[in-house]
Amino acid sequence: MSDLTLTTTRQRPFDPPDEIAELRPKAAIHRMTYADGHLGWLVTGYSAARAVLADARFSNRPERMHPPIPARMALAQEGGFRVPPGFFLRMDAPEHTRYRKLLTGQFTVRRMKELEPRIAQIAEACLDAMEAAGKPVDLVQEFALPIPSLVICELLGVPYEDRAQFQEDTKVLVNLEVKAEDAVGAMTRISAYLYGLIQRKRAKPTDDLLSGLVESGELNDEELTGVAFLLLVAGHETTANMLGLGTYALLTNPAQLAVMRDDPSAVENGVEELLRYLTIIHLGPIRSALTDVEIEGQVIKAGESVMLHLPVINRDPSRFPDGEHLDLTRPATGHLTFGHGIHQCLGQQLARAEMRIGYPALLRRFPGLRLAVSPEEVPMRSDMSIYGVHRLPVTW
Amino acid sequence: MEIKADTTVCIGAGMCALTVPAIFDQSEDEGTVVVLDSTPPAELEDAVRRAVTLCPSGAISVV
Repeated sequence: MSDLTLTTTRQRPFDPPDEIAELRPKAAIHRMTYADGHLGWLVTGYSAARAVLADARFSNRPERMHPPIPARMALAQEGGFRVPPGFFLRMDAPEHTRYRKLLTGQFTVRRMKELEPRIAQIAEACLDAMEAAGKPVDLVQEFALPIPSLVICELLGVPYEDRAQFQEDTKVLVNLEVKAEDAVGAMTRISAYLYGLIQRKRAKPTDDLLSGLVESGELNDEELTGVAFLLLVAGHETTANMLGLGTYALLTNPAQLAVMRDDPSAVENGVEELLRYLTIIHLGPIRSALTDVEIEGQVIKAGESVMLHLPVINRDPSRFPDGEHLDLTRPATGHLTFGHGIHQCLGQQLARAEMRIGYPALLRRFPGLRLAVSPEEVPMRSDMSIYGVHRLPVTW
Repeated sequence: MEIKADTTVCIGAGMCALTVPAIFDQSEDEGTVVVLDSTPPAELEDAVRRAVTLCPSGAISVV
């Protein structure tokens, strides 16, 4: 046993829990007791984290993982962590490679740049609607969620008018307190919806990513459903939280907000810095050793789970000096928010494009944008697997 | 400086093309690395080294 267990409770909204941050100066890797009693590891150092993520001797398969917090126990026991066909995020090479290779051509830097004019149109339309709705508004509902949701729906070929159910189900899936039967229900509903959509694409192809995948003939309908599931959920839940939490961070840091709003040359790096500073992936990734592996002097035994605490890792002073502070002008590339190794985020160039367009568009449209509640009243997503704000009431 | 690229391990994350677009691109079909100039000019060498560090799969290296 180890005295260390994982907490998700934060003392301050933008900083990782003090109990975890205080471990980093002591060592890069620590013994941690998982919720099922497993004695595994917690990584808090940058170079150790990169080493784990780049090492093929660590598996990403969910059935090999131990749950780091009690809230995830029930789901694991219900078999909720079984990998559906095509859900390649939780597969190892070479199985993973086959799916990823089919998709990488769709998410290149160049293709995402070509999408920018369309993303800008979508952002402006959301801002028009927000202005028309009148102040105050919940920025999550009017801006942070609709932009990535509209973009991923259009890219995949998922009808946006169907969003109510899959957005609701996604919320259930990322809720850490969810009951196992509710999670299974949400997963089943999204899969059934997407399976039906794949059938319709097969019968009547349209000009979108899912139709292209169907026509490629490489995947069966169950695999296509798993791929579509992964892209749809990952495509809107993540960037939506970055847009919401990032705006909250900027509104409480007026000097940084001014940089994002007024200096177009600072936007690209500013987005990297927000990704680093906010690190919305606050519960993992987790890997399990397939064989004994030595990482920075510690031997991780076969079968042991290793959780990487990315919010703490992305503030490691050996890589990011003065990393506790938000500074949009610091060199911020190299953060691990999108991961590292073969599972590094497939949609990262899309996420970057959405943020490079979204933040400045919002701040220029509403130069007087401010919180409509006091900062401590903003409800934080400590209870969700992707961190962020539940709501962000703003006025202008 | 000479750049080596291994498209068999490349995962198409695009970090190289994002970091030094003058030197790295991605293929249309698989999104894997395409080296536009394997002997980059001296003024881009630092940026190329940064791209090598950022590459998530170890697909590019310099000798």
